[in-house]
Order: sequence, then C-alpha cells, then structure tokens
Amino acid sequence: MHPKAVCPHWGLPWSWVLFPSLGMIKVRNLKKHFGSKAAVNGVSFSVEKGEVLGFLGPNGAGKSTTMRMITGFIPPTDGDISVGGFNVQEDPLAAKRLIGYLPENAPAYSDMTVAGFLGFAAELRGLFGEAKRKAVHRVIEMCFLEPVLHQSIETLSKGYKHRTCFAQSILHDPEVLILDEPTDGLDPNQKHEVRTLIRAMGEKKAIIFSTHILEEVEAVCSRAIIIDRGVVVANGTPAELKRRSGKAGIVTLRLSGHPAAAAVAARINALPGVQKCAVLSETPFAVAVTPCKEGNADGALARSLSEMAKREAWELEELHTEEGRLDEVFHSITLGDKTTQEVSQ
Amino acid sequence: MNPSAFRNIVTIAKREWAGFFASPIAYIFIVIFLLLAGFFTFMVSNWFAMGQASLNGFFVWHPWLYLFLVPAVGMRMWSEERRLGTIELLLTMPITPWQAIMGKFLAAWAVLGLALALTFPMVLTVNFLGHPDNGIILGAYVGSFLMAGAYLAVTSMTSALSRNQVVSFILSVVLCLFLILAGFPPVTDLLVHWASPALVETIASFSVMTHFAGLQKGVLDTRDLLFFASVIGFSLFSTSVILRAHRAG
Repeated sequence: MHPKAVCPHWGLPWSWVLFPSLGMIKVRNLKKHFGSKAAVNGVSFSVEKGEVLGFLGPNGAGKSTTMRMITGFIPPTDGDISVGGFNVQEDPLAAKRLIGYLPENAPAYSDMTVAGFLGFAAELRGLFGEAKRKAVHRVIEMCFLEPVLHQSIETLSKGYKHRTCFAQSILHDPEVLILDEPTDGLDPNQKHEVRTLIRAMGEKKAIIFSTHILEEVEAVCSRAIIIDRGVVVANGTPAELKRRSGKAGIVTLRLSGHPAAAAVAARINALPGVQKCAVLSETPFAVAVTPCKEGNADGALARSLSEMAKREAWELEELHTEEGRLDEVFHSITLGDKTTQEVSQ
Repeated sequence: MNPSAFRNIVTIAKREWAGFFASPIAYIFIVIFLLLAGFFTFMVSNWFAMGQASLNGFFVWHPWLYLFLVPAVGMRMWSEERRLGTIELLLTMPITPWQAIMGKFLAAWAVLGLALALTFPMVLTVNFLGHPDNGIILGAYVGSFLMAGAYLAVTSMTSALSRNQVVSFILSVVLCLFLILAGFPPVTDLLVHWASPALVETIASFSVMTHFAGLQKGVLDTRDLLFFASVIGFSLFSTSVILRAHRAG
C-alpha cells in the first residue's frame, strides 16, 4: 500500500486509521461555526514529532480559529483533536501541559515586567524555585530579552513584546508548539532569528505555525497546509506544493552568439518530452522550454537539453529549471477557485 | 482541592494583587474609601454628637460606599483580559477557568479587605472614648467584608460580559443597586401598599440590606452568612458560564 494512500471512509491516511496512536497533534474533521457562518469546515491533518507544519491561508481562512481549538481555548463545534494522545476536549489539562502557545498579536500583561511575566507563566506551568529560575533564564537567553528584563511590558517595542510572549510559550520546553504568526511585526533580523529558532526546535518538537510570508514556509517548514474558507485546499512539502505551480518545470535555455533561432527551436521541439518551445528573444538567444506532463522528472529535460547543446556545439550560457513559486500556487489555489465558485453561484 | 489547583489560584491571585498595586487603582480605592467613610461617619451621621459608643454610624454607609467603589475595583477583572487578549494566554495554560476566576476574585477581595482593615482607627477611637460591644463591631466587620465580596462577585460576572470596562461598571452598579433597594426600607415601605407582606419579605430577602442589618447588630446568623455565600457562589458560577459561552462563540 502506498504510504500516502487514503482511507475512503475517514478521508485520512491509512497509517492514521490503522495506527491511531501515531501523530503528536491529530485533528480530525474539525468544524467551528460562529452562528451560521462556518469558520472551520472539516479540517483534518496530523503533525509528527520533528515536523514543522506551516499554516497558510488568506486572512479569515480559519487558521487562528483552528489553532485556538487545538490549544483548547475555544471548543470545536464538531470533530476531534488529540495532542500527545490526550483528547483536548476530554482531558484539557493534560493536553495543555504539552502545548506551548503563542496567540495572535502576542498578548501579554502590560502592567508586568518581562521577568515578572515569565515568572508568572512559569508558575502556572508548575515550575517553582530552582526549576523556575532555570527555565526563565533559558528562555531569556534564547529570546534575547536580557536588556528589557525589568522593563514593564507596556513600554516595550513590538519586537520585544512579541519575543516576550514567544518566550512564555517555550518556558516548559513543550513537545508541541502552536505559533500564530510568530514573525508578525518583527524586523528582518528578528524574523531571521525566530525562524532559526523554530527550525532548530522543530527537530525535536511538533510545531504548527501560521504565516502570511511564503518564503518563511520554504525556509522553515517540513510540510505546509493551505487552508481557505475553512477547508484544507493543499497539503504537502513546500517542494511538492511548488510543483503545482503552472511555471514549474519550465527550462530556460540561453545561448551566446547568434544561432539560427528557428532551427534551434525546431531541434528542441523534436526532443522527446518537450511540449512547447517558445523563443523569448533572439539576441541574446533565449528559449523557454515547457515539458509535457511527466516529461521533466528529476530534471531530465535539462539534462537532455545540455546533452543536445554539447552535440550541436551551442555555446551554453544559462540552463535553468524553474522550481515553481509558492506564491503563485497560493494565489491560484486560494483565489482561483474563489472566482470559479463565485461564477457557479 | 488538590495541591496544584491551590497553587494555581495562589499564583493568579498574587499576580492580580501585584497588578492592583502596580497601577494606582488600589491606592485610589483605599484612599477614597477611607475619606468617604470618614466623611459620612463624622459629617453626615454626626458620630460625635450621637454620643453612642458604637460604630453604627460608620457601618450604615457601607452598602452605599461599596455600590460605586467595588465595581470600580472589579470592573477590569475580566474586561481587561479580553481587551488585551491575555485571556487566550491565561485559559490555554494548564489551569481550569474556575481556578482563574477564584484567583482573581480572591485578590480583589483581599484589596477590599485591606481597605476595610485600615479603618481600624475607628475601632481604637470608639474604644478610647467609651465602652462599645466589640463583639458587635466584629460582627459588623464580618458582614461588611462579606457584602463587599458579594458586590465583587457580581462585578466579576458583569466584567466577564463585556470587554468594555465602563459597561461592566454600569451593569454591576445597577445590579448591586437592586441588591440594596430590594430591602431598603423606603422601597419596601412603598411595596407594602400593593403587594402581600409575604411577597415583600421574599423580595427583601434578596437584599444585602436585610442580611447586613442582622450582622450589623452583631448577630452572626447562618442564614445571613449563607445568603452572602450564595450570592458569591452564584455570581462566580455565572462568571464561568459567561466565559465559556464567550469562548464557544
């Protein structure tokens, strides 16, 4: 059986149905209605230890609502969530102990100092005395909070406030981290630091984080889910998702000198696996070669083009396979079917 | 109660207590409470002229003083959490909502208790000037503290209703006013004209005035204690229901 084969009854991978204990975070057919509006409408996924799951989607797609349900802040209308084997509905305290959570906009008690706030959070996590001191010290170092330790939170810049709340989420070294837009409002350096931190922690934890920044997904995530209007519309590794882009697999070929454009294009068109060869410009000579479906597995097209260039003694200047772009995939998935739906309505 | 529940309540209460004193709220409340209590006792009740070695002229104002001051202390309890979004942080910690409600309530109640305790010069003065029945005074203090707790629990409930502190304040003043007026003699005298005495008595039994009156006389009646305990219990329970309903959307 293919490992990704899906059980027709549950709509879930067979591995889940057969081995329900697998998966640090498991969400099954999760639904949340606010009044008559469905904010989340049947979301299922799982996250294993050592995975960083990127949560993508337009504003109001249901990302935050899903995260709030996983952390036990709001109850789902329907569906199951388990964290570390504990059902969030039935055994909320056991599940919450495993979770570190950074809510959207990084709320924190504005009248407290950073040190006071972290101490408070540590005590609620059951850390007292030496354990508390160590835990607080560790996150202060990890999040570079030393300079503002005794400053009250309301006087902090957005970046520091964000990191204070982030520090709170990793105090107890949780096995599961839920981060709602962890890099929102940070400057590029801070973004980079937080990404590095998430990637490092992702080796040992199960992490879900939501973001609007697509390059972040490529930089940090081992898997990404695109959610739109309450349903999962794509689920795969960043590379897999990129391959869904219309431009993915197109090979650009640039030659120096002045080869006969039409002749070269004809030769390329004759290659197996080529669907179309469009001349981009004659001087310098450049063509975009679109492979037919499955014609470019593992860069086969680029290889055969380079062999051809060698045979024909073309002076190869550039040979580049387009990987596809995540923002294009995102755009086409979340916007594309919206227009078709509107039309059908 | 298991030890971790107790620890969580203490942790939350400590934070709330520190929050009161990090902002001017606690200081303002204590100072204004003491000033107003003194003003009403000496200027309005004319305590010296009464020539009695009792604190009746002091305690009789408490239901009215608390009417505005207790909602002012308690209105931020949950409104502020909702406004800042910290409620999401607090309720995703491994604690139960009930522990958070208790911790917050106890901290604010302790602030009210502190203000009440700071009226001790009254007790010293009355003991210096005459020979009061200190048992009655103690009973009245217990009653006053319980009444403050009842108002505060009502405020906790209204505070959970809205993220706007002003709304919470007004709602709790109105509810507490009902708790006073239902048993306020001018109102009950009016009611007697068109309602049966049994009905008037039932309505009056919902009032803090009726139950505070007994305690003010130094009579620690279980029914009065039970009344305050049940107002507190019911209001805090409602707080948890409102918080849950709000989260459920």
